[in-house]
Amino acid sequence: MTLELLSANHASALAATLAGRANRNARGFGSGVYPITPQTECIELLCNQEFEKGHVVRVESEHSAMGVCMGFALSGVRTFTASSSNGLAYMNENVFAAGFYRLPIVMMAVNRALGPPWNILVDHGDTLSLRDAGWIQLYCEDNQEVADTMLAAYRLAEDKRVLLPAMVCQDAFILSHTMMMTDLPDQAAVDAFLPPLDLPHRIADRPRTVGGLDSPHEIEVHRHQAHAAMEAVLTVYPEVQREFERAFGRKLADPVVSYRADDADVLIVSMGTIAATVRTVVDEARAKGLRVGALRVRMFRPFPEEILKAALAGKKRVGIIDRNLCPGLGGILWAELRGLTEPGCLTQDYIAGVGGGDVRPHHVAWILEDLLSRDAAAPPKFVEVG
Amino acid sequence: MEQPALDGVVQTRGDRPEPLLRCGNTNCGGCGMSIGLNLLSHAVAERPIQMVIPACCGIVTAGAFPYSAYGAPTVAATFASAAAFATGLAHSARINGEKTRVICWAGDGGTYDIGMATLSAAAERNEDILYICYDNEIYGNTGGQRSGATPLGAATSTTPLGKDVEKKDIIAIMAAHRIPYAATLSLAHLDDAMRKLRYAIDAKGFRFVHLLSPCPTGWKSEPADGIELVRLAVRSGLYAILEVFDGRRTVINVEPEMSDPALERYFAEQGRFRKANVDVAKLRASIARQWSEIRARATESR
Repeated sequence: MTLELLSANHASALAATLAGRANRNARGFGSGVYPITPQTECIELLCNQEFEKGHVVRVESEHSAMGVCMGFALSGVRTFTASSSNGLAYMNENVFAAGFYRLPIVMMAVNRALGPPWNILVDHGDTLSLRDAGWIQLYCEDNQEVADTMLAAYRLAEDKRVLLPAMVCQDAFILSHTMMMTDLPDQAAVDAFLPPLDLPHRIADRPRTVGGLDSPHEIEVHRHQAHAAMEAVLTVYPEVQREFERAFGRKLADPVVSYRADDADVLIVSMGTIAATVRTVVDEARAKGLRVGALRVRMFRPFPEEILKAALAGKKRVGIIDRNLCPGLGGILWAELRGLTEPGCLTQDYIAGVGGGDVRPHHVAWILEDLLSRDAAAPPKFVEVG
Repeated sequence: MEQPALDGVVQTRGDRPEPLLRCGNTNCGGCGMSIGLNLLSHAVAERPIQMVIPACCGIVTAGAFPYSAYGAPTVAATFASAAAFATGLAHSARINGEKTRVICWAGDGGTYDIGMATLSAAAERNEDILYICYDNEIYGNTGGQRSGATPLGAATSTTPLGKDVEKKDIIAIMAAHRIPYAATLSLAHLDDAMRKLRYAIDAKGFRFVHLLSPCPTGWKSEPADGIELVRLAVRSGLYAILEVFDGRRTVINVEPEMSDPALERYFAEQGRFRKANVDVAKLRASIARQWSEIRARATESR
């Protein structure tokens, strides 16, 4: 174990390197990379790594970055790429393709507002727009979690019951460009944690066509299999957590991270780094005797419905902070979550911090005050923090 | 003029355990792609290959899951991504010490148009890929719309009165990348075609091969006339048969007769040119210009 001062961009590049090298006795490591702010430092560092058996291809677009990864992965190679915002939008077709080919590619995504107008700061709308692409999605709160989730993502994605690509998401600049003491395991520990990738459907020398035409019945079966694989993630994840703790001596965060939530009447639900701010407000409210708690949704795909249902049971008021906006709907987290609260529970959406608006404790305190004082839920409320 | 040689074109037991294009494929009768795949099968012989085919008629050829009309491992890639997928496969073969040759088999839409950036970047990186474009000068898979490869005057479903601009000069574009090998193939000159395919399979680095592929459905021509149409295109000078090494040394493989009757017949025998009334005299000037450029390059590189 080495404790280093690292940005989340660098932490994810080094974690990908460790995972890539861990596959050196199997079919090696491959990557296609293309720069975009605020992901660039990740791929720069990756391009400076040596691989005994591996290659990083510097391509001409995000679409090709994922194309190259799919070529590698179809041949059974462990793969990595990283992108953000409009890069992900440009990559879109191949993001879906990777999901439907069932290739365990791991992608680090820095959450950034989609343009135009141009804004390079945090907003979860870019990766949330890919929620139907057949990828596991994990949203992180700090740099250590980014590093840990990267390694865990390979174990999860490559599990034979899963075989799905995984997206490790982190907040632009707040994590990507902020350095934090980060504990990266040594190669031997990663080798022990990550078994060699053995992709059952890799193409080798047997004549067959991968990803060709599908009749309506066959595609029903294939889509259902992808859905079942997503459901299996919820079973496999706790196993990965146990293996992770055994290998590295620390806990891998839960799919839904709860904070003082068990005995709470009121919950604030968020994703990414806002959760840290929410905790300070929860503590202040608790000090005043208010029974307030918090949930952080870390796993967005598969959507951990049962875990959330249990966590939301018996709550009187639930406020959801969405750092994204689906025009014509509201916050995407709210839209997916509101059906899980109990009848009679006041469930209110707050759109806050889109395009990098700095969500501070007093903003969350205002949200809590609003949540506690209202008689009924209103349409999604916009909280100006910028 | 070089005559076609039937000898060696037909699949033989000596080639591969099974043909590259199996029976039961969905290609139309007279499809130039079918002939091209049989030539490729023969040229590949027993070498291990992996094929990457983007969206085009060629992937419909494979049939529906779980069947495959291809006698080789084949990836159906997204439309613009053939050269990117192939890059990953080729590097995988290299880092794993495998002799697999990776071949892209793409139509003109996936090459001239939507796949151009991907193709250009793979060529720039000099990836170890053989990229073959079977060019039927139309989006055949979607029912016959114009592409960047559709020639001047050809009617398509999106240019009903005939296309008003010329097709791209794909060989010049690829040669400008200074790739190790770029060549055009004529289905009417099989010895030349086989020699070039064999060379292209074994050469290292990025190799680009262009194949004018008659499409009776889109060209509104007789299925049996495909090879003859290609011969007319070559004889008239419309389709230059050449190879370019390293983007610098140009070799003319078949001397055109610059035959006006051949040119006239080429247009007369295809329904797609009927509406536009291609002006052969004007076209002759354009062909002459193209050939003076080719000859200048071929002389320089001698």
